[in-house]
Amino acid sequence: MAKKQHDTPQLDQLESGPWPSFVTGIKRLAKTNDMAVDLMGQLETSYQTKKGYWKGGTVGVFGYGGGIIPRFTELKNDKGEAVYPDAAEFHTLRIQPPAGMHYNTATLRKMSDIWEKHGSGLIAFHGQSGDIMFQGATTANVQPAFDELNELGFDLGGAGPAVRTSMSCVGAARCEHSCYDEASAHRTVLNNFLDDMHRPSLPYKFKFKFSGCPNDCMNSIQRADMAVIGTWRDNIRTDEKMAKQWLAKHGMDELVNDVIARCPTKTIELKQIKNLKTGKDLSSVAINDTQALEINNKDCVRCMHCINVMTGALSTGVDKGASILVGGKRTLKIGDLFGTVVVPFMKLETEDDVEKLVDLAQRTIDFFAENALEHERTGEMIERIGLVNFLEAMEIEVDPTMVAHPRTNPYVRTDGWDDEVAKIKAKKQAGMGA
Amino acid sequence: MAQTALRRPVESGVPDNKQFLHPKFIKNYGNWKYHDRPRPGVLHHVSHTGDEVWSVRAGTQRQMDVYTIRTLCDIADKYAEGFVRFTIRSNIEFMVSTAKQVDPLIAELEKNGFPVGGTGNSVSMIAHTQGWLHCDIPGTDASGVVKSLMDELITEFKTEEMPNRVHLSTSCCEINCGGQADLAIIVQHTKPPKINHDQVANVCERPAVVARCPVAAIRPAMVNGKPSLEIDESKCMCCGACYPPCPPMQINDPENSKLAIWVGGKNSNARGKPTFMKMVASGLPNNPPRWTEVGVVVKNILSVYKKDGKPWERMSDWIDRIGWPQFFEKTGLPFTKYLIDDWRGSRASLNQSAHIRF
Repeated sequence: MAKKQHDTPQLDQLESGPWPSFVTGIKRLAKTNDMAVDLMGQLETSYQTKKGYWKGGTVGVFGYGGGIIPRFTELKNDKGEAVYPDAAEFHTLRIQPPAGMHYNTATLRKMSDIWEKHGSGLIAFHGQSGDIMFQGATTANVQPAFDELNELGFDLGGAGPAVRTSMSCVGAARCEHSCYDEASAHRTVLNNFLDDMHRPSLPYKFKFKFSGCPNDCMNSIQRADMAVIGTWRDNIRTDEKMAKQWLAKHGMDELVNDVIARCPTKTIELKQIKNLKTGKDLSSVAINDTQALEINNKDCVRCMHCINVMTGALSTGVDKGASILVGGKRTLKIGDLFGTVVVPFMKLETEDDVEKLVDLAQRTIDFFAENALEHERTGEMIERIGLVNFLEAMEIEVDPTMVAHPRTNPYVRTDGWDDEVAKIKAKKQAGMGA
Repeated sequence: MAQTALRRPVESGVPDNKQFLHPKFIKNYGNWKYHDRPRPGVLHHVSHTGDEVWSVRAGTQRQMDVYTIRTLCDIADKYAEGFVRFTIRSNIEFMVSTAKQVDPLIAELEKNGFPVGGTGNSVSMIAHTQGWLHCDIPGTDASGVVKSLMDELITEFKTEEMPNRVHLSTSCCEINCGGQADLAIIVQHTKPPKINHDQVANVCERPAVVARCPVAAIRPAMVNGKPSLEIDESKCMCCGACYPPCPPMQINDPENSKLAIWVGGKNSNARGKPTFMKMVASGLPNNPPRWTEVGVVVKNILSVYKKDGKPWERMSDWIDRIGWPQFFEKTGLPFTKYLIDDWRGSRASLNQSAHIRF
């Protein structure tokens, strides 16, 4: 039995209604856990005053410099004592999830047992960076809780100016759109940077995210300093049986309005079967006895829309890999930035392929560590120095896939133009001779 | 201090997920052919070998007590096959090998209070932050806002009746950890920080705070004989960037920290390129425990989009078609001068054409 629960009239109103209630959950914990009792007390105070009462500090585990989010209460009485003493220390352990956030029940039960023993009993699956957040431990209990989670095969994630915990989509395990082994890339890349994760010493945070196709279910383009987004180079595959089934079920209006008209580059056409062309860049599939779809893959931007609508009838190609985009982040300090293309296509099939990704990531982080200002993200650094300077440091050749369009102003010194043209020509010739 | 008891960490990093995969996932890894949705909340995947797997998706409260987790595990062990996964929006998925396991699993989840849905063209669970429960800089709560909104949106979670999928997020400060979404609710401060000059010298690294300000409105100053900071309030746009590195720069204000609504963010490349969301409403009160005023605006925008959007139009696609004037007309939201961007690069957000819908 725990101590008596506080009156929480505001929070009690969040127990009704059909969605699962975190308040009911914390109250269940509070029957046997004094920290949960006092957490409710402080949270109720926040609901009444509309103020937060946590401050940070320095709490860690032996051997690591980050991964714990320390929280100490600032809700004190006149004597400077915590109003809710059993939640005066309420630290979070950030634990890295497995790729794709798959679990078996045995593991979840062991995690629950560990956190019931050492913490508040409150666990978030998952935080916005992807961590499993074990919320609410005293300073003294952080180390034993971590030790047991670590023995279970789990490790702390990132916090502060460090490589951060990563996320990858369900990917090859269950998704037909998967264009590389997301789990393997996620694990191999991240586990190469554990020193930069556990001992924060970068200018600011650095995030990787892994999405298996351009649907980008991990939201990597808006959130990751380095986004690895699956794609393919060859033609969209087709399945006539499923295409015919799709049309029979959905009809011609939907095919025209929802598939053909929504192609962003208008590269899908509805044709009479007798008028279909053949060519190495064309995909075509009959949808009934007389009509067919024809796709010119040279003009396809791999947006995924037609494949999403007609899954099975249309699918990604087989020459698969990933595009690498760098510099995505949210608002602070200069405003939102998307990641932008630095490598249009990279194979990720063999261990050597993945090693090349690790190498690119290593060089990016090394350059970031040396050149970014304090508290400057990779995208902001590139904005400041220009993409070309970044590419030259990475020894990546410029490519028109990296821009939405060429420059619209003449403010550039071009006295190296002839040399650049000569280099490109020489490279082309060498390529043709090979 | 005795160091002998300290255990060195095993720096194991990301665990191998193979040990946690459903056997059918291992068998058909990278070999799936297509999927369909037999009903809202259920995904049915078919592999090139003909293998099938059904995934049943249910909403959770994200911040879960261990009893809730054990209940979910009991359901997974009894009605599924002992394997689960979580989605990016904190939904839980149970995998089963036969169609006949689906209905009993759904019934058990619903019986235990876990709504089944969140697939396809539904309003999925809200990506959110920590708020008053755990954050050190929150302007509002997160879990409570989400609970209140999802109570209101439960029908849209359990059905697939929207034009396309709808992703929501909430954030308790302008850093926006909740992230880009079709519709986002974010704290918007309206007054410059109040500075506790007694504490600045002890707590803050002043040059770092000066450097953090996006509009260079902060400078070092001596106040009451102590080193502190001062703000040019005519420059300050109340973003709160100075508050995390310097808690005496008190930006949170129970009355003047408001909530803003943003729409049209999309991370997918499907159809148009990814988009950032745009602010369409602000000045909403931060009103616990149920943030009723925010819920009214959110539900209104979603109901107009539901009625007016064509199949496969995400929020951003819909607005692209109808244009912003009609967006404000149809939703009844006032278009104020504060919605015209004046930050860097803002000219690109103006109408640089004579394209006008009348």
